[in-house]
Amino acid sequence: MIASPAQTVLEVEDLCVDYLTERGAVRAVDGVSLDVGRGEFLGIVGESGCGKSTLLFAIARLLSPPAQISSGRVRFEGRDMVSMNEKELRRLRWREYSVVMQSAMNALNPVLTIGAQLKDVIDAHERLSSRDVRQRSEGVLKLVGIDPEHLRSYPHQLSGGMRQRAMIAMALVFTPDLVIMDEPTSALDVVAQRSLMVQIKQLQRKIGFAAIFVTHDMSLVSHFSDRLAVMYAGQVVELGATRDVFAEPKHPYTVGLMRSFPSIRGPLQPLTGIPGAPPDLAHPPAGCRFNPRCTEVMPRCRVEEPELYAVNVKGTYDQVRCFLFDPRAAREGPE
Amino acid sequence: MIADLPSRPGGEGRELLRTAGLTKHFKLGGLFSSRYLHAVDSIDLAIGENEIVALVGESGSGKSTIARLIAMVYKPTSGEIFHRGRPLSTLRSRRDVLEYRGRVPMVFQDPYGSLSPVYHVSHGILRALKLHRPDLSKRGREQEAEYLFESVGLAPAREFLAKYPYELSGGQRQRIGFAQALACRPELILADEPVSMLDVSVRIGVLNLMSSLRRRERISFLYITHDIAGARYVADRLIVLYAGKIAESGPVEDVLAHPKHPYTQLLLSAVPDPRAPVSLPPTPEVQEPPRVINPTEGCRFRTRCPYAIDECARVTPPLRVLRPEHEAACHVATSDLEGAEELAHDQLN
Repeated sequence: MIASPAQTVLEVEDLCVDYLTERGAVRAVDGVSLDVGRGEFLGIVGESGCGKSTLLFAIARLLSPPAQISSGRVRFEGRDMVSMNEKELRRLRWREYSVVMQSAMNALNPVLTIGAQLKDVIDAHERLSSRDVRQRSEGVLKLVGIDPEHLRSYPHQLSGGMRQRAMIAMALVFTPDLVIMDEPTSALDVVAQRSLMVQIKQLQRKIGFAAIFVTHDMSLVSHFSDRLAVMYAGQVVELGATRDVFAEPKHPYTVGLMRSFPSIRGPLQPLTGIPGAPPDLAHPPAGCRFNPRCTEVMPRCRVEEPELYAVNVKGTYDQVRCFLFDPRAAREGPE
Repeated sequence: MIADLPSRPGGEGRELLRTAGLTKHFKLGGLFSSRYLHAVDSIDLAIGENEIVALVGESGSGKSTIARLIAMVYKPTSGEIFHRGRPLSTLRSRRDVLEYRGRVPMVFQDPYGSLSPVYHVSHGILRALKLHRPDLSKRGREQEAEYLFESVGLAPAREFLAKYPYELSGGQRQRIGFAQALACRPELILADEPVSMLDVSVRIGVLNLMSSLRRRERISFLYITHDIAGARYVADRLIVLYAGKIAESGPVEDVLAHPKHPYTQLLLSAVPDPRAPVSLPPTPEVQEPPRVINPTEGCRFRTRCPYAIDECARVTPPLRVLRPEHEAACHVATSDLEGAEELAHDQLN
C-alpha cells in the first residue's frame, strides 16, 4: 500500500541526527526519508546501534542532548515538527500521536495504579468528569483485552504481556492518528509476543491509526507490516512492500538478515549469519557502509557512497541503497 | 566461523547427567507465610555424552531454575542430580564441588553484565585457569588462554586478550563466555539463553560455535532458550517446559513434526516464520501463563488448553511415551505407538 500525498500522515525528509560528543559529532541517523500513509503499518528493522530508536525519538521530538536534529524535515499531518516548541508539541502528544516504549516496566510508574496513570494522561489533555475518565479508561483496557478490574492494579501485579498491553491502551486513549512503537514485544516470550502482535494489528484495523513499529527481529513484522524499512549504520538501505522485501530481498544486508534465521519448517540448512560487526558510527567506513561485511562487494563500493535507487517491483518502486541496483552503472561483477 | 550443518550424532548412550524428581520451591512472603512458588516440580531429565539438549519454555517456566540447580547455585527442595552416577548431595569438600563446577560450567545470558568492565578480558579466563587447572604454569596459562580464544573464533587471540569488554561487540563477549567455560575442560556447558541478547546477524555464529565445540571437543550442552527455531538448529533433543513441569520431550525433529502436547502446538504456531505464506492472523490467544503458587492437582496448562477434559482438572498428567523416545504429559494426546500396534494387528487379521 503506497500512500498518495493526500493520505500521508507523516513525512520524513532527509533527516539527520547527531550525538554531540567531546570527540565530535556522531551521526546516528543519516539522511533518512520515509513517509507513512493513513492507517499504514510501517516496520523499521535493524540491529542494535543502527539508529532505529534514535530515528523514532527524533520523529516524536523526544531527543534530549547530546542528541539533536541537525538537518531535515519531519512533517506530521502537514505541520513541521522540527521547529515546534514544547508547548505546541504537548498539544499533539497523546492526542495526535503517541509513543509506546520498549520496556513497559520502566515506562510505567511503579507506585501508581494503572487507573491513576490513565487518569493522568486524560486529565492532561481533556476536561472530563471522573465518571467519564473511568469509562474511557475501562474502554481502552477492554480494547486491549485487560479486565477493567486491573485499573486498581499496580504495574508489578501484571504480567509482562499485560503491562505492554496497558502501555498500548494508554497510547490509544485519544485514538491518535499515529502510534510509534519501539520494540514493544522484545521482553515477551513467543506466545505472548504473537498474541500482542495480532492484537496490535486488529486494533489498527479497527481504529485506523498508522503505526511505526521498530524491531530488531525481522521475522516478527513479516506478517504484520505493510511496508518495511531496513536500516544499517544510520541509513535506510532498503525500503519496500514487506511482501516484496521478504520474497526477494535486494540489499546484501537484507539478504544476510534473511539468512540469519533458522526455521522450524523445511529442511535444516546451514546458516552463516553476517560476518563481522556493525561499524562504529564515529568512524564509518569509506564508501558503502556495509562494504566490510558485504559478500557482493565491488571496487567502487569502497570509495563511493551509494544512494537509494528505485527498483521496479511489479509496478511499485522499492528503494535499495546498493550499486548492484544503480541503473546508470554498467554492471560490474563482484570482485 | 565456518558454518556447517550441525551434525546429529544422537545420544551415544552414555549418560553424563541425570536428574530424578528434581524440585525447587521458593517461599514467598514473610516468615510465617505458607505460599510456595513451585518453580520446578519433579523433573526427570538426562543428558548424554556429546549431546545437545534444548530446554524450551516461556519466561517463568523454570528453565533457568533448572540450570541453576544443576550448576549448584540453588539447593533442590527435593530430588537429586546425578553426575556420572554420583549424587551431587554427596559432594562435600570444596575440592569436589570445584571439580564438578569445572566439569559443568555455565554461560550466561547477558554478555554485558557477565564480564567485569574494569579488567582486560584476559583476567577472567586466567583466573578460571588458575582455579581449575593448577597443573599449568603462568606461561602455560597464557598459552592455554590464547588457544581457547582462537578455538571460539577470537583471532588474533593475543590482541583480543588485551582488550577491555567495552571494546568488544555482544557476539564477541559471548564467545569469551564460552572460552571461560572451556577453560575448565568441561563435559557439559549450561548455556542459559546465550544468544537472546545478541543481534540477529551474529546469533547464528554463536549457535554454530556450540555445534562445532560439540563436534571437536565432544562437549555436551544444555541449551536453554525460548527460540524453538534456534533449538532445532543445534539440538538433538528438545524438552518443552511448562509451569515448572516437562510438557513434552523427544528428538527435535520428531517433536517439531509431531507435537503431542497442546502447549507445544501453541508454541510452534506462535513462532514467526517469514518463509511461511502470508496469512490472516488467527484470533489472539490472550491468556496468561499460570503463577504456580501452591498449585493443586491437575494439568497446569488446562486453563489455556483447547482440548481440556474433566480429568485434566483432577489428575496431573504423567509423562507417557507416545512415539519412539518421545513423551508428553497430556491426558488427551494419542499414542502413535498404540496406533501402530493396532494397525499391525489389523493387518495380521
